[in-house]
Amino acid sequence: MTSRMADESGPAIEARGLTKRYGNRAAVDGVDFRIERGEFFGFLGPNGAGKSTTMRMIYRATPVDDGVLRVLGHEAIPQNDRAIKSRLGVVPQEYNLDERMTAREILEVFSRFYGLRGEARRTRISELLDFAELEDRKTSPVAELSGGLKRRVQIARGLLGVPDVLVLDEPTTGLDPRARRALWDKLIALGDRGTTIVLTTHYMDEAEKLCDRLVVMDEGKIVAEGTPAGLIADNVPPQVLEIVVPEAAERRRLHEHFGPVALARVELADRLLFYGTDGEALLRRLFELRDGTDARVRAANLEDVFLSLTGHGLS
Amino acid sequence: MRLPGDIDLRMAFAVFMRNATDYRRTWWLNILPNFFEPVLYLLGLGIGLGYYMREGLEGKDFIAWLAPGLMASAAMNGASFETTYNMFVRMTFAKLYDAYLATPAQIQDIAFGELLWAIVRAMMYGVVFLIVVSVMSLFGPPIVTSPWALLLPVMLALIGAMFALIGQLYTSCIRVIDLYSFYYTLWLTPLFLFSGIFYPVDRFAHGEQIAWFTPLYHAVRVCRGLSHGEVTTSMWGSVVWMLVSSVVLMRVVPWRLRRRFFR
Repeated sequence: MTSRMADESGPAIEARGLTKRYGNRAAVDGVDFRIERGEFFGFLGPNGAGKSTTMRMIYRATPVDDGVLRVLGHEAIPQNDRAIKSRLGVVPQEYNLDERMTAREILEVFSRFYGLRGEARRTRISELLDFAELEDRKTSPVAELSGGLKRRVQIARGLLGVPDVLVLDEPTTGLDPRARRALWDKLIALGDRGTTIVLTTHYMDEAEKLCDRLVVMDEGKIVAEGTPAGLIADNVPPQVLEIVVPEAAERRRLHEHFGPVALARVELADRLLFYGTDGEALLRRLFELRDGTDARVRAANLEDVFLSLTGHGLS
Repeated sequence: MRLPGDIDLRMAFAVFMRNATDYRRTWWLNILPNFFEPVLYLLGLGIGLGYYMREGLEGKDFIAWLAPGLMASAAMNGASFETTYNMFVRMTFAKLYDAYLATPAQIQDIAFGELLWAIVRAMMYGVVFLIVVSVMSLFGPPIVTSPWALLLPVMLALIGAMFALIGQLYTSCIRVIDLYSFYYTLWLTPLFLFSGIFYPVDRFAHGEQIAWFTPLYHAVRVCRGLSHGEVTTSMWGSVVWMLVSSVVLMRVVPWRLRRRFFR
């Protein structure tokens, strides 16, 4: 592929050495990533990792301080902001909806920014109300909607311009488990239609379930990149023994006892994690010392990847 | 279509329409107090106080002298409220500007859309008041006596634009809503009292020289001149004063807002 073709067939978003500073602190500190068209791509990390700032640079709410960022073939500089934004859909972290308006009114107001009018506008709005399953709440002011429904209104609003890329910044934070699952289904359906989706989250199960590929961010840097399964395989042993132990003396005893049997270990405020290839072997080792009422064996997940890479938890 | 300063009119219109949509719901809550205020001043001072001022002011009935200034202040208040409290709430609490900015709209489009809406609000108050005093003129005091008054709606739009922009500039500079109390008590109220609405500005030493640097003085002069058909060079000077300050502010406000939002 030649570079002349980049605008049409290049990546959806590409960053090299991307940096954003606030005062002396680098909120995003020289990150590189490449998001292909059609991909469901995640940024996983705790609060303050720089995920939102990265999103804000992508959807042109904040200037790039250093490095290169290209969105849909356009370099992210002020002259290109309109061109970039006309091809993006944005669902920000905060609810920023007109609380007194209904979902339909909000869509009508925002459709004007995308030049939709007449029949095309009516069709698009009903499609979106239908997709977001807001049809039966279309006369309620947004103030009366639940968090999950408000999020769906935001998603519908973000989709008005038929974007090539939909950017969602922590879309499920604060939602109850059922609303989260409902939202996941919507996002999966969108991804299946071929929309490139970029999402940030601090829920490892969300990243694992939704993302084709993801990067793990911490303190402004990308610490790992890959598919959910690949990241787990590359960074942590497959099985984990998780034991709830608050007391220091007991912890020391367990550490000594496991010795070289555990391939890796992590110490959390209330738990000890021992990693290995064989979960049963880990459990048997525990039983040699004591009972296992406060212990369980599970498969390693992205949270373990995060722990092993950063030494601290996700939340 | 683009205006100078890279203002996209379609985007500005979308912002304007958002405000109009919202306004449809609450217009009777918003419009009534603003409509009554100048009418109450007109009745209370024009008819009440005017009764004791038999010889009038500068050769006019007091009520006829007073009314055009109240018209100017009605436009000022309509525009000011829109780009102070209302704009601040949309910008910060409702986070609506962030939503706008996530579309192809840029901050200058948003500022211009808000400006257009504030002008409409200013004209609503000013023109309603103009209709009231025109009808009164048919039966009693000669408040609106000249065909030049047909230009008043245009001037009310200009007055609205100027005060909307001043309000936008203040809004772009403050972080807490409480700071508007200063804008109202130390800016709009003194303008209202000392811009020649109730008595000539030369009541105080250097009154005219000082007032010349303030916006409402020019607005009052233009409204009075057109209502009474006393169209002078210095009145046109006031029109130019308002035009120039509006054009300057139209460049400053988007720059200020951009520094606030794009960082």
